[in-house]
Amino acid sequence: MPKLFEILEKRELAPRIKELKIYNPRIAAKVKAGQFLIIRVSEEGERIPLTAVDWDRREGTVTIVFQEVGVSTYKLGKLEVGDALADMVGPLGNPSEIDTFGTVVCVGGGVGVAAIYPIARELKRAGNKVISIIGVRSRDLIYRAMEVSDEVRVTTDDGSKGRRGFVSDELRDLLVSGLKVDRVVTVGPAIMMKVCADVTRPYGVKTIASLNPIMVCGIGVCGACRVEVAGKTRFACFEGPEFDAHQVNFDELLKRLKAYRAEEQMALKLYLEGGGR
Amino acid sequence: MIVKKRVAMNKMPVEKRIRSFDEVALGLTEEQAVEEAKRCLQCKHRPCVEGCPVGVDVPAFIRKVAERDFLAAYKIVKEKNAIPAITGRVCPQEVQCEGRCTLARVGEPIAIGALERFVADWAIKEGVVEEEAEEALAKRPSRGSVRIAVVGSGPAGITAAADLARLGYEVTLFEALHKPGGVLMYGIPEFRLPKRIVEIELNYLRALGVDVQVDVVIGRTYTVKELLEDGYRAVFIGTGAGMPRFLNVPGENLANIYTANEFLTRVNLMRAYLFPKYDTPIKVGKRVAVIGGGNVAMDASRTALRLKAEEVYVIYRRSEEEMPARRDEVLNAKEEGVKFMLLTQPVRFLGDKDGKLAAIECIRMQLGEPDASGRRRPIPVKGSEFVFEVDTAIIAIGCHPNPLIARTTPEIKVNEEGCIVVDEHCRTSMRGVYAAGDIILGEATVIEAMGTARTASMAIRRDIVEGRI
Repeated sequence: MPKLFEILEKRELAPRIKELKIYNPRIAAKVKAGQFLIIRVSEEGERIPLTAVDWDRREGTVTIVFQEVGVSTYKLGKLEVGDALADMVGPLGNPSEIDTFGTVVCVGGGVGVAAIYPIARELKRAGNKVISIIGVRSRDLIYRAMEVSDEVRVTTDDGSKGRRGFVSDELRDLLVSGLKVDRVVTVGPAIMMKVCADVTRPYGVKTIASLNPIMVCGIGVCGACRVEVAGKTRFACFEGPEFDAHQVNFDELLKRLKAYRAEEQMALKLYLEGGGR
Repeated sequence: MIVKKRVAMNKMPVEKRIRSFDEVALGLTEEQAVEEAKRCLQCKHRPCVEGCPVGVDVPAFIRKVAERDFLAAYKIVKEKNAIPAITGRVCPQEVQCEGRCTLARVGEPIAIGALERFVADWAIKEGVVEEEAEEALAKRPSRGSVRIAVVGSGPAGITAAADLARLGYEVTLFEALHKPGGVLMYGIPEFRLPKRIVEIELNYLRALGVDVQVDVVIGRTYTVKELLEDGYRAVFIGTGAGMPRFLNVPGENLANIYTANEFLTRVNLMRAYLFPKYDTPIKVGKRVAVIGGGNVAMDASRTALRLKAEEVYVIYRRSEEEMPARRDEVLNAKEEGVKFMLLTQPVRFLGDKDGKLAAIECIRMQLGEPDASGRRRPIPVKGSEFVFEVDTAIIAIGCHPNPLIARTTPEIKVNEEGCIVVDEHCRTSMRGVYAAGDIILGEATVIEAMGTARTASMAIRRDIVEGRI
């Protein structure tokens, strides 16, 4: 039997984007679409929040997808099958609201494409027409979106896959075309979710964003993840991570996300100079 | 003969301690402890015992210290208090056992906290902590296999787990974070409570047979109802008051404004003071403002100094007299160079173009008539606003009870403040579920949390024995 937090499978989905399947039956038994986990790579490690991308309740596994951007995710990417994480706690946050809305557009960018997959899947199961707009090159991720969507539209900034441009351009065109959209769900970089919210606002389409603020505890104790929603301070970890995108103060979120930019760059430089172990 | 003056505990010199996270208070030597213990009058009415929420037999253990029978002293303390090395360090003894001491009428009260710490540290040094656990295990009654879940591994949870294990139950202790100890681990700094000490006291629980499970969030990973369905006869909730309060003034979400919980969690639990050896960063800058006047504000300000802040200010809206922090902690902070900006209240935070904190706009206060807390109410002085430039602000104005269990367990009744409502035996509105500590008290001390946990564990035993659950 695998040990708790053991990595059972590892795949590279795109350069620097990796997927790990991890043994954790207590999370696998409970997790729902839209929830996240917090992991630690090692005893010195940060607490890193990551969306639960997939799970298998029977075999007791949970799948995460991450992009190597800083020391912690680089270290995570170095782990191999048979290694174990130091910690993995969850499921955290509230599950996505799943209902029969009609036509739902799921907009994902970067690793958000992986994160939105379980939400699209549950929306499809609930009888919605699901249109996925994804900004990604990974064939695996495109294929996965196709499995759970009625229609998939791909964009890349260099046009190497699908349309050249941003997911928000595609979303705008869809709304301009007069298609009746009942709900938009967006998961990805904060700037992308902000632009998507701006695109849907004039159309009055309910838009949900799964926020990704800096987080430490994940259980409502530290307040690192606080965001302003409808003029009120909310904790993304236990009141979110999903909020009405039209009510989120994205400018504040974007600024808070940069709080440790200098430290992160310094640590990454040291890490890479030290041989990246 | 009455000796009016107590033996003073040695402290690390100021210049050395502000450069390190090592413990400040160095404890008593054997000679000092014996000398201090001999001051005890061994008075008949024993007010100190009543002053202790867990009822430690104070005169008895002090007599053993005076007789140099430290093992016996340790056993007496341990009987009522599972974590004496911790309470000896962080209890506000001056308002509890020592506050009632008969000697206080004529001189300084017996240094009960220092003696408790001495006895506990002696046991750690001599390696008898686990030995004592084994003895307790051998003595405990057999109760078949009745399982009890304890949720939260702070002071309340530790006390309940130890009590219930010693009573013969099979206890599982659940902790949401990756290390057990709750506020002892994430909240109280290393220089006041070394994490090594917390770990040793937790190992005592393991030696008692308690199954300590970290990374489990009750309310998410399992619900309270699932624990009961899974065969736990009772569930004890000791999840504490950890949800930070805010000032609710403009600009409070600017970058570089921390809650005390975040600041201290990064440093204590995540070891950000060792960044980049440890991966969690922290920002301090040159000038730090800590808002609040309690023990947590003192902890945060002294931590900021150790992270090489050039100036650290405590901003408090009343005067020093009304500060809720322990006198000793205020004194420590002052000795180390923390500056106090009293009768001052922030009205808004001002940011730079990148959304980082640049300054705090404050207003001066004056004291009016006493309010509901009995302390004189601070009243803003019109036109006294001023701008104070800072790099970092830490908000340390208290916490609400943790909301997760209440939100995910509608059967458990909470009051307006979010505290779980219990009867005098710490029973909640859900059958088989008990609660104690800050989750029922709001914000209290470590030892008060432990006192209510004792009440709850006794009620659990009685309810099981009498067949109510």
